[in-house]
Amino acid sequence: MNTALLYSLVGIGLFSLGLYALIVHAHLLRKILAINVMGSGVFLLLIALAKRTATPLPDAVPHAMVITGIVVTVAATALALTLMVRVAMENHRAELSDQSQE
Amino acid sequence: MSASDYLSVALLITGAVFFLAGTVGLLRFPDLYTRLHALTKADNVGLGLMIAGLALQAESWAVVGKLLLIWGLVLLAGAGVAHLIASGALKQGVRPWKK
Amino acid sequence: MEKVTLLIMLFDLLLGLGLLWLAWQLLESRNLFKAVVLFVAFGLLMALAWVRLDAPDVALAEAAIGAGLTGALLMAALAKLPSRDKSEPLADEKGHWLLRLALLLVAAGLGYVVHSLPESAPGLSAEIANNLASSGVNNPVTAVLLNFRGYDTLLELMVLMLALLGVWSLGIERSTREEPVGPVLTTLVQFLTPLLILVAAYLLWAGADAPGGAFQAGAVLAAAMVLLLLAGWPLQGLLTGVALRLMLVAGPATFVALAGLTLLDAQLLAYPPQHAGKLILLLEVAATLSIAVTLAALFLGYRPRTNKEPG
Repeated sequence: MNTALLYSLVGIGLFSLGLYALIVHAHLLRKILAINVMGSGVFLLLIALAKRTATPLPDAVPHAMVITGIVVTVAATALALTLMVRVAMENHRAELSDQSQE
Repeated sequence: MSASDYLSVALLITGAVFFLAGTVGLLRFPDLYTRLHALTKADNVGLGLMIAGLALQAESWAVVGKLLLIWGLVLLAGAGVAHLIASGALKQGVRPWKK
Repeated sequence: MEKVTLLIMLFDLLLGLGLLWLAWQLLESRNLFKAVVLFVAFGLLMALAWVRLDAPDVALAEAAIGAGLTGALLMAALAKLPSRDKSEPLADEKGHWLLRLALLLVAAGLGYVVHSLPESAPGLSAEIANNLASSGVNNPVTAVLLNFRGYDTLLELMVLMLALLGVWSLGIERSTREEPVGPVLTTLVQFLTPLLILVAAYLLWAGADAPGGAFQAGAVLAAAMVLLLLAGWPLQGLLTGVALRLMLVAGPATFVALAGLTLLDAQLLAYPPQHAGKLILLLEVAATLSIAVTLAALFLGYRPRTNKEPG
């Protein structure tokens, strides 16, 4: 088992854990954390696969994409958190109301 | 391995022992204040020993300077944050542990 | 040699398992504050993983942005939630076995796909190595970010802008902090702020030849501004109106101007090789400023107003 494969599998694991938490939990902060963990999993997979070059230098294109991705993630997280705080103010709880039960 | 290599290894291992002690203290001590004490004391010395060990292996004085800067920053941040956590806990009414 | 590789394998395995365990802990913790703290620890472990995967540029970005700034954002948002929301019982998890099975199958399928990929895939690394000399910088990641795929970075700066517009239209100005800041935090911030500015400048300059660059420098600068905000400095009062907008738009505007000029000349963002180094430095300085101010404004969470504006 080589390093690239090991970290790729960890990335897939993180993605699946995040996806599970995203579906199961109702609290919006937990959903935001879950999406962040899923994103980390995708980034880990991308960088691990970029290591499969013959030379010691890894492929720089996925690296640049992941740096871009990290900055976009933090911007999206900030927007999501602001939305969450607004939802919590309107609904008195940080959850989306379930229309079918009303 | 030369003498400086042996010294580096010894310093790094001693540093790791301090980190271990700090972590054991964090897990085993009874309240927030004693845990903070264990963490900041042990980690500052542990990191200092590790920095000393790594500085012996450094290729240039610029690298030594950067390593010392890291240590200084961690000392500053560790001390400041420990104070903030402890004073915040005191204000919230967390009582210090008494046997 | 064999022993060393075995030790490193063991370390990789431990780090991988640690990441998965932390992710599970943070997603399933009852206490949301604990979840946020664990998320910061998770980000720092991710930074270690990036170093192991020979991606020091990503490690710097993750440590500064993924762990540091995201952690500050999460904490600030948590403080604004009503208190009974912070530690609620988790949902009943008995009925989720079908979901677990489905996700396990998805993970296994993905794992099989990754396992069956070819052992060696150079990607575009050969093209980058061949063209690095004409890119104006020596760090391949910086070359990709600001030269070969500069349009990615241009659009990314636009995404940052859009996120800030969203936050400004939704965020509500909070009343100022309840308690005064102690002398320790003030002194700490006085020590750290000049140092952080120096580190940001160093990262920006070093990015041409070594790990670093506009994003990492911008994040460090943003961290300095967040510290100042936390220590009660009235940054939101000093930096308003036209000055704020000019700083926010400096990066995207420089990029768009350069894109237009290069489009007239030859191709979108194809710099003449003899000027590429200087142009990239110019772009990076403008982008660093914009990224830093945008991230700090995102942390602030509402649009700072000038005194003349009605509230």
